[in-house]
Amino acid sequence: MNETSAATRSVVVEREFPHPPEKIWRALTQPHLIEEWLMKNDFKPVVGHHFNLRAAPQPGWNGVIDCEVLVIEPNRTLSYTWNSGEAELAIKSVVTLSLTPKGAGTLLRMEQTGFRQDQQQNYQGAKYGWQHFFAKLEQVAARTD
Amino acid sequence: MPKAHDVLFRTLADPTRRAIFERLCRDGEQTVGALTVRAGVSQPAVSKHLGVLKQAGLVRDRHEGRETHYSAQLRALAPLIDWTSQMTGFWQRRFDDLEDLLKRMDQ
Repeated sequence: MNETSAATRSVVVEREFPHPPEKIWRALTQPHLIEEWLMKNDFKPVVGHHFNLRAAPQPGWNGVIDCEVLVIEPNRTLSYTWNSGEAELAIKSVVTLSLTPKGAGTLLRMEQTGFRQDQQQNYQGAKYGWQHFFAKLEQVAARTD
Repeated sequence: MPKAHDVLFRTLADPTRRAIFERLCRDGEQTVGALTVRAGVSQPAVSKHLGVLKQAGLVRDRHEGRETHYSAQLRALAPLIDWTSQMTGFWQRRFDDLEDLLKRMDQ
C-alpha cells in the first residue's frame, strides 16, 4: 500500500498540530468549521455523499469542486474525490487526510493523487498509467540534469 | 485549472501516444518509420499521434531529405510539475488557516 502511494504522482503536505486528533477531526468534518480553513461546502461525514467545495470564481473556472466521500474512519482517515474544471477536461483527484497521534498532538497528512477523468476504465488502470509514465519521466529527468 | 494542464493530461492519457512519447524520451530522436516498427499500430496512426503530440508542444519535428525526425520536448511538461507545486502551496496555506482555526476553537 505504501509503496503504491510513493510511486504514484501525488502532492503530500504534512504538519504537526499541538491538538488531539478528535479536535482536528471536527475541523475536518463539520461544515461550518471546514468553511473557516478550506472552503464553503455541504459536506456530510457519510460515505458516498456528494458535495461541493466552493471558492471565488476565477477566469476559466467557476470555483466549484465536485467531491464524493470515499472513506470515513473517525479521528483517523478522511478521503474524498476532488474534481475541478469542466466535466470533460477535468483533472480528477483523490484527497486523503490522515491523523496520527504524536505525543500530546497530532500529525496531519494530506495526500492528493491526480489522474485523468477520461481514463474511466477503472481507477487502478489510471493510477498504473500515471505511475508508469512518471516513473519513466523521472528517469529521463534524472538523466537530463 | 489552466488550459495547459488539460491539453497535456488529455494528450498523454492515450496509452499508445504516451508510449510513443516515452520512447522518444528514452531513445532520443526517431523517424516515423522507426517508431511504427515498435508502436503496434499503422504508420498513419503513428503520424496522427505525432501530430497531436506536436500540437501539445510535446514533440518537435525536423525534416531531413524525405524523412521527418521527431524528438521529445521535455520543457512542455513544466505545467504538470507546476500543478503539483501549486497544489502543495494551496494545501500549505489551507493548513495555516487550519492552525489559526484550531487555536480559536480553544477559546
